[in-house]
Amino acid sequence: MKFSLTWLKDYLETTATVTEICDALNAIGLEVEGVEDPAEKLAGFRIAHVLTAARHPDADKLQVLTVDTGDGAPLQVVCGAPNARAGMKGVLGLPGATVPANGMVLRKSAIRGVESNGMMCSTRELELGDDHDGIIELPDDAPVGTAFADYHGSDPVIEVAVTPNRPDCMGVYGIARDLAAKGLGTLKPIAIPTFSTSRAIPGAIRTDDPEGCPAFYGRVIAGVKNGPSPDWLQARLKSAGQRPISLLVDLTNYLMLGYGRPAHVYDMAKLQGAVVARRAKDGEQVLALNEKTYTLDAEMVVIADDVQVHDIAGIMGGEHSGVSESTTDVLLEIAYFDPARIGATGRKLGLSSDARTRFERGVDPEFLDAGLDLLTGLIVELAGGTPSEVMRAGSPPSDPKVVAFDPGLTLRLGGVEVPEGEQKRILESLGFAVGADWQVTCPLRRHDIEGPADLVEEVVRIHGLDKVESVALPRAEGVARPTATPQQKLERGLRRAAAASGLNEAVTWSFLPEWAAQHFASDQPLWVLANPISEDLKAMRPSLLPGLLMAAKRNADRGAASSRLFEIGRRYFRSPDGLSDEKPTLGIVLAGEKTPRGWQQGKAKPFDAFDAKALALQLLEAAGAPVANLMVMGEAGPQFHPRPSATPRLGPKVVLARFGMVHPATLKAFDADGPIAAVELFLDAIPAKKGAAFARPGFTPPALQAVTRDFAFLVPASLAAGDLVRAVQGADKASITVVRVFDVFAGQGVPEGHKSVAVEVTLQPGDVSFKDAELKAIAEKVVAAAAKLGGELRG
Amino acid sequence: MTDITSQTKAALAAIAAATSLDALEAERLETLGKKGWVSLALKTLGGMSPEERTAAAPAIQSARASIADALDAKKGALEAAALEEQLARETVDLTLPAVAAPKGSVHPVSQVMDELAEIFADLGFAVATGPEIEDDWHNFTALNMDETHPARAMHDTFYFPDKTGEGREILLRTHTSPVQIRSMLAQGAPIRIIAPGRVYRSDSDATHTPMFHQVEGLVIDKDIHLGHLKWTLETFFKAFFEREDITLRLRPSYFPFTEPSVEVDVGYSTEGGRRVVGGHGDAPGHAWMELGGSGMVNARVLEFAGLDPAEWQGFAFGLGIDRIAMLKYGMNDLRAFFDGDPRWLAHYGFSPFDQPTLSAGVGAKA
Repeated sequence: MKFSLTWLKDYLETTATVTEICDALNAIGLEVEGVEDPAEKLAGFRIAHVLTAARHPDADKLQVLTVDTGDGAPLQVVCGAPNARAGMKGVLGLPGATVPANGMVLRKSAIRGVESNGMMCSTRELELGDDHDGIIELPDDAPVGTAFADYHGSDPVIEVAVTPNRPDCMGVYGIARDLAAKGLGTLKPIAIPTFSTSRAIPGAIRTDDPEGCPAFYGRVIAGVKNGPSPDWLQARLKSAGQRPISLLVDLTNYLMLGYGRPAHVYDMAKLQGAVVARRAKDGEQVLALNEKTYTLDAEMVVIADDVQVHDIAGIMGGEHSGVSESTTDVLLEIAYFDPARIGATGRKLGLSSDARTRFERGVDPEFLDAGLDLLTGLIVELAGGTPSEVMRAGSPPSDPKVVAFDPGLTLRLGGVEVPEGEQKRILESLGFAVGADWQVTCPLRRHDIEGPADLVEEVVRIHGLDKVESVALPRAEGVARPTATPQQKLERGLRRAAAASGLNEAVTWSFLPEWAAQHFASDQPLWVLANPISEDLKAMRPSLLPGLLMAAKRNADRGAASSRLFEIGRRYFRSPDGLSDEKPTLGIVLAGEKTPRGWQQGKAKPFDAFDAKALALQLLEAAGAPVANLMVMGEAGPQFHPRPSATPRLGPKVVLARFGMVHPATLKAFDADGPIAAVELFLDAIPAKKGAAFARPGFTPPALQAVTRDFAFLVPASLAAGDLVRAVQGADKASITVVRVFDVFAGQGVPEGHKSVAVEVTLQPGDVSFKDAELKAIAEKVVAAAAKLGGELRG
Repeated sequence: MTDITSQTKAALAAIAAATSLDALEAERLETLGKKGWVSLALKTLGGMSPEERTAAAPAIQSARASIADALDAKKGALEAAALEEQLARETVDLTLPAVAAPKGSVHPVSQVMDELAEIFADLGFAVATGPEIEDDWHNFTALNMDETHPARAMHDTFYFPDKTGEGREILLRTHTSPVQIRSMLAQGAPIRIIAPGRVYRSDSDATHTPMFHQVEGLVIDKDIHLGHLKWTLETFFKAFFEREDITLRLRPSYFPFTEPSVEVDVGYSTEGGRRVVGGHGDAPGHAWMELGGSGMVNARVLEFAGLDPAEWQGFAFGLGIDRIAMLKYGMNDLRAFFDGDPRWLAHYGFSPFDQPTLSAGVGAKA
């Protein structure tokens, strides 16, 4: 909300400066968003009298003036304006002043060799108009030496942000009331004008919807003359950022901006029959003052006559019955509408207006008669005409809220001690009535007051929040206890483990283009926004990989040689009851070069599936998953290359992760260059460690040294090395501790359809060393186990 | 006698002249080898009478000892020379590059969330979480914003077409405040939590992104008041920015879920075009900057959360994590947070070993 200092002073008797007023506004919760002070802009410009004007010796178009600035000797000023002449009065910018239009700081200077001590200004240079044909010419009676800002009537404009709970401050008068309570001055009473009235027209107005429009007050004024508003009114509206339109319209705006009271004026000539507040009919239409047609429904309140709708109640008037230059007889409307219904109507129509903002937050139910009289008085005074008696249909809410208040609550909740007398003064200055027993009656305009806490807020904000002292929270004894949950510890640990593995943590959008989300979707329907901000941010991600793939693509497009990205975040699914099921997940994308070309390593190498596997297992281990017991199975999902991809599982069903190479079709869909390796860890599937304690089991290294034996098997090419390893491991569980593949070979010397897999088997003796016969027996069991899988020991 | 002396002398000369280990070995065989003259001379002692032996032995023993010493010394010298020669051959140009291990990083948002958790843990706050796909009851109604509340419209909410079983609207949470409700419903009071996480608003420009991060704070107990709120935020900011001159200004404001409601400003100065938190906002060269909203939890919210407002009261606050991260670590473009550019991540990210701790200071300096 914007208003000028002059307008504020219409209602507040004060000697406070603009700065003091702004500080007070901030302190009481009316946040100052900006102050425009023309006086500041015009500092250094004063009224000057041109005494002499002579041709510049070196320039045809310049003149050398001597000007009287009101004090000291006349100054010499070089001026290029054609209208500069001896005897005129104008505006001189003195050295040090800043020209508002271009920010230039004026200096004493020499122009073509002639000293100049300032600049005579045009209206454009002072941002007062567009005229730049010559310098400003002031009337002869302009007082020489006076600051031009004072002469021009500069008026600082203050803009405040009024919070939605304070519709009573959506008029300058309400702001003045708050400032008066803060001690910034005295609130002037509202002078209700007197005027003589003619008889009301019976049945001219009524309300058929007492719920939506409990009160509809009106008055007819006959014989008005519309036209432009007087200067004082135009100046006030302009300060509020409103364009003056015509006297009748401007006066309703003045009532709204000055007193927070919207009103409407109808041209009687355009009305037929009674004017009624009622529900709209479904499909009924109205052309509003913004020249748009709105289709209404039965949930909306309108003001209509026998023929048509003339007003979307409380939001915007209709074009048809709006006043014009030729209007002579008018109907004034001051109504009280149900705030909730106004809000709902405005939202449904997508229509906002100053009136709606006030009505939906709640106007003052006690200000219908006064508002109507104020408006009537102003119209009669400025536009003439004969007003009728007030016509009243229905009545506004009139039961005030009474709050049982304990002034001790101010300290208990607000943390500041305010003497009871001061609390009473503050509340009364805001219009509350404080009973002897601290029963506080609230003014009806304060829709925001619900209970004692609201009164504490009133007292504390006027008393000053700066007087609230810091008080330490009570602290538990001893060292602070750990608070992190196992899930939080897991995520924190994994994050740092992943970063320590050379990955950069990214944070990508939770929402994706629908196609990208669909590409990674499970069998569940996606969560798709009804009102996305763009098509690119529309569907909640079912995987962390699409966002990371898109980031990797952006990086490649920017010329990055590689992206090693990870993210820890949620995937969004649906629980059986239809609610959100958000699964904590770690995603990794490895794109571009794993190693650049180098003098040692040769060509640049891309990432491969084993890079993904190494990270997956390393991070699963960091997460506390029993990595040694995991089954590595397939079915990583259609987004992965079917062969180099896998899913480490705990048992056949619990999938802890998936990793591998991204499917070429996925790369194509994301327009990314491959190969790209990817990993996803499903953090919710990783079992929490059970019964972990600080103390570890005793350290008991085996007494005897282990021995190793190598075996090379010819196996079918399709046999998974892991299966062979598992079989060998199971050949003698007591003795075989480690089985490690150290060579895989196919080609010369290996029959077609086969491969050679060489394993190193570590055998750990117990209390006595292995005897040759025992080693031989174990070797035979190993060979037999491999044979079951079609393996044949190579000679 | 003289025979041994001259023979020894000749042997020592030969040893000294040897230029290779092979030549030295030949000389060793000549002297101390099984058939070497020293060994043979030693053998003769066995056939001598004790008197003869006493007379002859010292010379032979002495010859053996001096030759053995000389052989050892020469062998050592030759080996050292050979090693020296080998090392001289094995030169490597160490100005050639080594293969660098890739350096990973932790995102500033995660780092700051860890810092928050660390500081607030010391003040007795646990970290709570809640769903990001919320219903309008938890996001609005229980926070004292019913369907008709004008503040609802100001939230720029993202909605889903879906509804819950109870017919509630499903939306993306616009703030972390619904976690307050969920935590109070689940744990009751007293309670001290922070709830950091992603929040969403349909808003996008240089300083707003449709997804950003907030942290909610909530303290409910018997006699918590505005003074405790002020202390908590002051204490947090002092620890977070690691400076003692943090000055807060509380301004009355309005949030439906708090009463009284308070906007929190912090004093700052501008140094080198950058905002530096600290000092009094009214001091020369300083100004105030809005950091977040807060207030005493509205009695209605307590009721919605199943607590009796006659028994319990407390405060809540909300801060922008991205914003305080930017203020502390100097980023100036919020959109870059969500781009995944490794250059930015390396520049503004943190070493995995910068784990915030109270003893080392929660912040990580560049």
